[in-house]
Amino acid sequence: MLKDHAKIIHAIAASEEIIGRKKLQKMVYIAKKLEFPFQERFQFHFYGPYSEELTLRVEELCNMGFLNEVKEKKGGYYQYRYTLTESGKEFLSLNEQVSMPKLQDCMSDMNSQNARFLELVSTILYFDNLPKEDVQEKVFTLKSKQRYTEEEVGTAYQYIKSLKGKAGH
Amino acid sequence: MAYPVEKLREEKVFKDPVHRYIHVRDRIIWDLIGTKEFQRLRRIKQLGTTYLTFHGAEHSRFNHSLGVYEITRRIADDVFHERPEWNEDDRLLSLCAALLHDLGHGPFSHSFEKVFDLDHEYFTRAIILGETEVNKVLLTVSNDFPIKVAEVIAKTSKNKLVVSLISSQIDADRMDYLQRDAYFTGVSYGHFDMERILRVMQPGEDQVVFRKSGMHAVEDYIMSRYQMYWQVYFHPVTRSAEVILTKILHRAKDLHKQDYCFKSDPHHFHSMFNGAITLEDYIKLDEAIVLYYFQMWQEEEDLILRDLCRRFMNRNLFKYAEFDPAKEYKKLAQLSILFQKAGIDPEYYLVVDSSSDLPYDFYRPGEEEERLPIHLLMKNGEIRELSRESEIVDAISGKRRTDHKLYYPADVLKDNSTAKEIKEEIRKLLEIDESRY
Repeated sequence: MLKDHAKIIHAIAASEEIIGRKKLQKMVYIAKKLEFPFQERFQFHFYGPYSEELTLRVEELCNMGFLNEVKEKKGGYYQYRYTLTESGKEFLSLNEQVSMPKLQDCMSDMNSQNARFLELVSTILYFDNLPKEDVQEKVFTLKSKQRYTEEEVGTAYQYIKSLKGKAGH
Repeated sequence: MAYPVEKLREEKVFKDPVHRYIHVRDRIIWDLIGTKEFQRLRRIKQLGTTYLTFHGAEHSRFNHSLGVYEITRRIADDVFHERPEWNEDDRLLSLCAALLHDLGHGPFSHSFEKVFDLDHEYFTRAIILGETEVNKVLLTVSNDFPIKVAEVIAKTSKNKLVVSLISSQIDADRMDYLQRDAYFTGVSYGHFDMERILRVMQPGEDQVVFRKSGMHAVEDYIMSRYQMYWQVYFHPVTRSAEVILTKILHRAKDLHKQDYCFKSDPHHFHSMFNGAITLEDYIKLDEAIVLYYFQMWQEEEDLILRDLCRRFMNRNLFKYAEFDPAKEYKKLAQLSILFQKAGIDPEYYLVVDSSSDLPYDFYRPGEEEERLPIHLLMKNGEIRELSRESEIVDAISGKRRTDHKLYYPADVLKDNSTAKEIKEEIRKLLEIDESRY
């Protein structure tokens, strides 16, 4: 019951605090690609992999009082911070069957990266069925406004490799 | 005449209850409609189990796909035609992507995708790029045309304007399904002035934009979406049917894993059960096949599968109670134990369904660049996000949009011939009003 909600709480608990909805989306997507059992379905949108189900689930968790959402004005747009509430912690302790022991390491690592880099990593993972040259072309055409460099793409590939190691692949 | 621009000698028209007529002049569109993969969509309902709530909702993905094509054709031929921002070479790409955008949907796809970890977008791509009749037709345009169409549908095309025509927060897909679903369900919501929206839309650099003068028509469209979500798509009875359907599939999958000997062996499902479905197997699936098995499984030895199928086929659905997970998750654990004690498997008969389990989305104003918002073109040429100009849209963009229900078989709980005291306790916890049944 509510296992999928518990998994999202688990992911946020593992990160302590996540700043930014975009970052949260990309972290869960990358974790899913690392074969952590998140059920939310992602589609490619203008800004990379995005899950409407995840957006709604986070909204539900905030309404339930399990997640704390703080809205802050940042330049021309709003940014959101997510942390677990006490009730969220209690709910999680009652859902111990949602155990993902290697998630903590991966989420903490991703959380230390910026959203722009995670957007690149998630885009690379979205096209992981293509050869590296084609993926690079996709990144440069679909993400032209982000102006990623070849070097950054290379770093992202290295990063994916290290994350896979942490996830136990 | 080269195939891509070849026109039919005589225009073909389909009568349509929403758009009156659907016009086909391009040979390629006519040929695509005739492929077996596209004809399969006639056998897949647009709204899945909604027909159990709104009996008129028997329309198919075939109807809807033609509707999306027609709206896109009107945009390309009437609205964007000869505008400097519009490239006429994109016309055929837009029409094919519009027509084929739902090609990979399977029967009751929401439940199937959940249980068997499938993705209709993957199958849309696989049908367009695989060895299929659709692929053959598309290849006659050029070798890279199938991939271009698949990329537009997957939203990974660099041609963002064409992508936004087919999938954005105000697109041909949504404009068709809102009107079509309203028509077939018979509800009075879902109607908006599409003619006006088409008149005020114009191609922008990366997406379609709407002239400010047409803002009220766009507001009306957003309100229709809002109403349709709550009144039709999130309808609790439809969700009950969806819950039972999902549980049937889970049960059948579990039984297969346990080497249960089905009286009616579901050989059409074997590759799905084993997690290795091929494109060929997938294309064979339609709702007639699924309902055939549900019909036959009403006679199975397994009591759970038999009961769930009887419920689905005879519309003896689960009842529901409003559920607040924050306050009631401990009660849920308690109920689960009581269900077990009463001999009712809670895994199949006590189900929480959340709005996030549903595939429909609300308008989002694009905070933190999550989704591309609807943009208005102001008189001075400035682009403004819709909710910043419209108080109505702003009001509903920030509203609480979540909802949870707890589903259970009221008839079983009312039957006091077994586990009477436990069932009484369950009824009390669920606050079942005895006089209602």
